[in-house]
Amino acid sequence: MTEGGPEKREYVRFTRLHRIMHAGMIVSFLSLALTGLSLKFSYTGWAAVLSHLLGGFETAGYIHRTAAVLMFGIFAAHLTDLYRMKRREHGSWRSLLLGPGTMLPTRKDFSDLVATVKWFVGLGRRPAYGRWTYWEKFDYFAVFWGIAIIGSTGLTLWFPVFFTRFLPGSFINVATIIHSDEALLATGFIFTVHFFNTHLRPEKFPMDITIFTGRVPVAELKRDKPLEYEALVARGKLEEKLEEAYPPIVIRAIRFFAWGALSVGFGIVLWILYAMLFAYR
Amino acid sequence: MTARTISKWAGSALLGALLLSSASSILSARKAAPGIPSRPSNPGEECLACHGEKSLTTTRGGRTVSLFVEPKRFSASVHGSLGCTGCHADLEGKDLPHDTPLAKVKCGTCHPAEQEQYARSLHGKASARGDPLAPRCLDCHGNHDILPVKDVRSSLAPLKIPFVCGKCHREGTPVQLNRPIPQDKILENYSESIHGEGLLKKGLIVAPTCATCHTAHLILPHTDPASSIARRNIAATCTRCHGQIESVHRKIINGALWEKEANVLPACVDCHQPHKIRKVFYSQGMADADCMRCHANERLKRARDGASLYVRVGELLDSRHVKVACSQCHSEVNASHVRPCETITRPVDCSSCHDEIGKQYLRSTHGQLLAKQDPNAPSCKECHGTHGVLGRTNAQSRTFPTNVPQLCGTCHREGQKAAVRYTGRQHEIVEHYTESIHGKGLLKSGLTVTATCTSCHTAHRVLPRTDPESSVNENNVPATCGQCHHGIEEQFESSIHSRRVSKTRKDLPVCNDCHTAHSIRRTDADIFRLDIMSKCGRCHEQIAEAYFDTYHGKVSRLGYAKTAKCYDCHGAHDILPVADPRSHLSRANVAATCQKCHAGATRRFAGYLTHATHHDPRKYPFLFYTFWGMTTLLVATFVVSGLHTLLWLPRAFEMRRELRAAEAAELAQNQTDASASPGTAPAKEGADD
Repeated sequence: MTEGGPEKREYVRFTRLHRIMHAGMIVSFLSLALTGLSLKFSYTGWAAVLSHLLGGFETAGYIHRTAAVLMFGIFAAHLTDLYRMKRREHGSWRSLLLGPGTMLPTRKDFSDLVATVKWFVGLGRRPAYGRWTYWEKFDYFAVFWGIAIIGSTGLTLWFPVFFTRFLPGSFINVATIIHSDEALLATGFIFTVHFFNTHLRPEKFPMDITIFTGRVPVAELKRDKPLEYEALVARGKLEEKLEEAYPPIVIRAIRFFAWGALSVGFGIVLWILYAMLFAYR
Repeated sequence: MTARTISKWAGSALLGALLLSSASSILSARKAAPGIPSRPSNPGEECLACHGEKSLTTTRGGRTVSLFVEPKRFSASVHGSLGCTGCHADLEGKDLPHDTPLAKVKCGTCHPAEQEQYARSLHGKASARGDPLAPRCLDCHGNHDILPVKDVRSSLAPLKIPFVCGKCHREGTPVQLNRPIPQDKILENYSESIHGEGLLKKGLIVAPTCATCHTAHLILPHTDPASSIARRNIAATCTRCHGQIESVHRKIINGALWEKEANVLPACVDCHQPHKIRKVFYSQGMADADCMRCHANERLKRARDGASLYVRVGELLDSRHVKVACSQCHSEVNASHVRPCETITRPVDCSSCHDEIGKQYLRSTHGQLLAKQDPNAPSCKECHGTHGVLGRTNAQSRTFPTNVPQLCGTCHREGQKAAVRYTGRQHEIVEHYTESIHGKGLLKSGLTVTATCTSCHTAHRVLPRTDPESSVNENNVPATCGQCHHGIEEQFESSIHSRRVSKTRKDLPVCNDCHTAHSIRRTDADIFRLDIMSKCGRCHEQIAEAYFDTYHGKVSRLGYAKTAKCYDCHGAHDILPVADPRSHLSRANVAATCQKCHAGATRRFAGYLTHATHHDPRKYPFLFYTFWGMTTLLVATFVVSGLHTLLWLPRAFEMRRELRAAEAAELAQNQTDASASPGTAPAKEGADD
């Protein structure tokens, strides 16, 4: 588009809203994890220190619920965004959900999974992935699942007096277990599998920050998502989605934030491992 | 001679002998009984022919003595009916006028008991020795005009006795001058004493006279053990009138002890000096001034070990014992010695007066140690001091409440002599106490009613808690604490933890199991609230552990006191089984208990399992299976995704190497291109990609 040279422009993979939502998710998720796990692992010395750093269990509780509200908000914003996307770009839910860019699992995702595993073990080539790889789709629905499970049980724990009007009191105990273990699954998964699959793959080292910039170099798009690239080229839409890359200072700020979040995540993983393996009771 | 005749003869002989003997015994009895004159006569009719004349005199020892007997007085006397020969027995059957002098009248013929007492007495012995100063019967009783003692006209009526005795025992008489009588101004002192005043000024004839204490006839020196005024008998003598004197002496003197162990206790006369007895208690006892003659000397030392024997008068005057004479504590003094104290053989025994306390002390650990002659054993003076002893209500006293912790601490502080031999669990007692709610109340807030060491351990009956009689024995602790915390004790004693309610052989908690012994804290303090689970958990182990699996417990574990602790739901002192309708957790009460924190809580809300654990499949199956369901999901997810990631890693590194190689190649290509056609931009590079 601009005269500066096409090689400096990058493909915009995520909209501004997506990026804001992801950043919001990071803040919300880390807050929830830190405050929640401090309670779950209350038997470790770390938990008491953290709880005091966070301003006491009551403040930690406020942070936890505020972050939960933010998470619900992001979730609601995403649903709203889906609705707007349907109206603007697809016209119908069917097109949105079953079109080429769908988040729903398709037959190709299964064949991609099989082909990927074959590639892992040296029995084939790397498959040509589309707009969303199967692990990205898994992460996406993990959030849905997590918000449903953790969110509903969390609300029960938040308003026990209300919920015990129609649920037995011991359901609070059940909700506690589900909330706590599902949260452990979510944090553990995000801070290890998601981090590796998306941000810290060796070929993207030091870090894939596409979700923060929204931009991916065209060469990388062509390599990682060949089918999407081809579709864009075929429809002639690549050009209109190219934009200038951010200046280095912005990139540095983004990396700083991302590494911070990543470090907190890894810290939490270490803490979980310590709590589960060495201090469990 | 047959046997029959022999027996007949013997029988009549026996009868005769019997008759003979009885007749002679009657005769002899008649002869022997002197009270019955053998010849009833008009008393003195014949004698008075001469002795009724006032002018009848004789000369004895160069002195003219009247031999006049007033007929009326004689006939009115107790002996009037006896006639002259009743006493002057040697005139019996004699012709008149008789020879002179007559034999001395023997009063003992009719008064053998009195005679016998007299013979043993000081007076009697002197008389036997031929002491011309020795009084005989008539010196006190008179001769022909003896009246009954109860007759006020009698010369020995109570009111007159001091004068009768005083004839010899007043100042300046030959007796007082020439005989070793330790007391002086006897009559003078007596007349000013409470006894003398009662008798002589107020005319109380029941007031004691000389004879009341010294007896009438058996007068003995106080050094004679048989004397009524001997040290060991004086109490018995005084208590004949002063029967309830023990109660006047604040019940501190056990009557029996007073009489049995007179050597230990001060005798009546040690304080209430003979003859000088006053109504008011003597501030100056037997020898206070005498004692101070030596003991006011600052350099006075004991010869044995050089210990100072100096007594500061001011200290005594300020002390609680200001009205107590030296000899009351330092008993065994002997006033007749130049140094009255040289007869002292024992140290001061406070239990002489403080009898009950003394018994308590002997039962206590302190007393037991003293009995074993342990050099570390504290005796009375270690806590109370000696001459300057002050009451515990005096703020200067070592036993004043605010000073008690320091006082006990002198031995029980860590490293001190009591602490080093102590093998129990309590350490840094004084420090912990000082930081405790009691210590703060006492020492910071100055509340003298706050519990000090002695409030719980008692002052004198200090016993280890293992002793069933100890005030801090587990069975007695509720009552001990209940002295102040009575309402709490009532609650506790009707709770499941009370032995009165739970008939069990298991250990049951008492106050100090939760509140500790010395570091008792405010129960609203975080440290107490957070510690309670470990206290309850000592017995309720599983319940306490499961509690920490719940939200309440987890927050507690993080160190926050706000969430519900054991007693917030179960009650503190009034804990009862859930099945008991009075329990805080009974069906009727449980919702209200939850509502204390959770406004609007219902019975269904109370169904929350506050001690649930997901580790018990039998008790909480749904929690158990929920937990393992979630755990399975978690493990499965991590196994699959972890495997996926691990398999990916080698490929990812491979890709990274390829990319780097491609980049290097591209860079080299670009450099070649740049050098081949400088200034020309690779126009179509982006489109080619």
